[in-house]
Amino acid sequence: MYPSRFAYEAPATIGEAVAILDRSGPEAKVMAGGQSLIPMLKLRFASPERIVDINNIQGLDYHRLDADGSLHIGALCRHEDLEFSQVIADSHPTLYAAAAVVADPIVRTRGTFVGSVCHADPQGDWAATMIALDGRIVAVGPNGRREIPMKDFVLGPFTNALAYNEIAVEAIIPPAKGEARGGYLKLERRIGDFATASVAVALDMDGDVVRRAGCALAGVGGKTIDANEAISVLVGQPLTADSMAAAADAVAAAADPRTDHRGSADYKRHIVKTFVTRILSTVASTEQKAA
Amino acid sequence: MTSLYEEIPAAPPADVPTRRVTITVNGDRRTLDIEPRLLLSHLIRQGLQLTGTHMGCDTTGCGTCTVLLNGRPVKSCTVLAVQADGREVETVEGLSSAQQLHPLQEGFKQEHGLQCGYCTPGMMMAAKALLERNPNPTEDEVRWALSGNICRCTGYQNIVKAVLWAADKMREQEG
Repeated sequence: MYPSRFAYEAPATIGEAVAILDRSGPEAKVMAGGQSLIPMLKLRFASPERIVDINNIQGLDYHRLDADGSLHIGALCRHEDLEFSQVIADSHPTLYAAAAVVADPIVRTRGTFVGSVCHADPQGDWAATMIALDGRIVAVGPNGRREIPMKDFVLGPFTNALAYNEIAVEAIIPPAKGEARGGYLKLERRIGDFATASVAVALDMDGDVVRRAGCALAGVGGKTIDANEAISVLVGQPLTADSMAAAADAVAAAADPRTDHRGSADYKRHIVKTFVTRILSTVASTEQKAA
Repeated sequence: MTSLYEEIPAAPPADVPTRRVTITVNGDRRTLDIEPRLLLSHLIRQGLQLTGTHMGCDTTGCGTCTVLLNGRPVKSCTVLAVQADGREVETVEGLSSAQQLHPLQEGFKQEHGLQCGYCTPGMMMAAKALLERNPNPTEDEVRWALSGNICRCTGYQNIVKAVLWAADKMREQEG
């Protein structure tokens, strides 16, 4: 298989890339890691007239924790950069857990965090973590820069809120209100397959009290499921057996799975509940050890 | 020369725009005029006639087309050849000299790490990238690093042994 013909540009600056997009109109497409876009080109699901490859733009491969505790992930930060990052290991348990299960190790050398979020695949791991962590995307276009909260960024399956002449240059995760805890669990039939169900949980803990709780689900609905409201039953109290059970039930109720060859709807809902319980129990037992 | 796909004649029609790129493949600097849609796997196999790199699923799943791009493993069916411009590509042919097998090749021989051999080039390149980052991996780490590469013959046991054999040998040579 090979893609249909396209014009190709590999600009050296964001300004140049935006200018190309602006004059090309909606038939141009930005390529970062290409691990979703190239398969789509080969399958002819996408046939853009022009590819704007941003891999030659210097200075976008960073991820850094600012003094205020906010995490910034540049558009060319690859999945494996996060997987092997001490910064992420020390500060962001939800992202750290997800980084090791995105696609497979070889795809992770190339694919990018921001590109994956932009791709807006309902199965995408990073979009789920971004919703659970209340992240936002920084877009640059001809009129400058704007920030788009995650809840407004994904409009539907494979559809994001970027204008045709905008590039997502950075993802921002706001500082935790207290200690960041949480995790990411994914059930897949084999590595690299689409998820049967995935659960992202992010908690901000003040001592043993939950200050903020975030949750999102992948693979169990037509889009990434925002379960932040469902898990908010945890807020304002310590993690107890009762509160964790209530949260797991509420999150499972927010899932919208369909029966398919990966399992029945009931099975997937059960997996969601089990994964929420596991992540919360792990956090609770860590808190107990610390106390 | 290399606007070439299986289904497309060797020379592109004159009106097809090409792009001049310089790619170092197994140490040789090559300057080529290629169509932007040419995949790195097609450039390697048809354009450069380096047929050690295999094509399997062609959908980013199987890993047999794995090569190193600036030292990191990539599935060459999922990289545009133009994206290798100014960069270094290493294929399985780059592993050995004419006289000497690479320890990974020797390991696959010693431990019987292949049956049909179709997945082997990708396995070796993924393993090479692992050993460069982690010269003393555990069995679990080897399995993890090869989890993007599929083998339908061996059940993986001997592939894992072959990589561990090579790791030992390479540490001996270093040390």
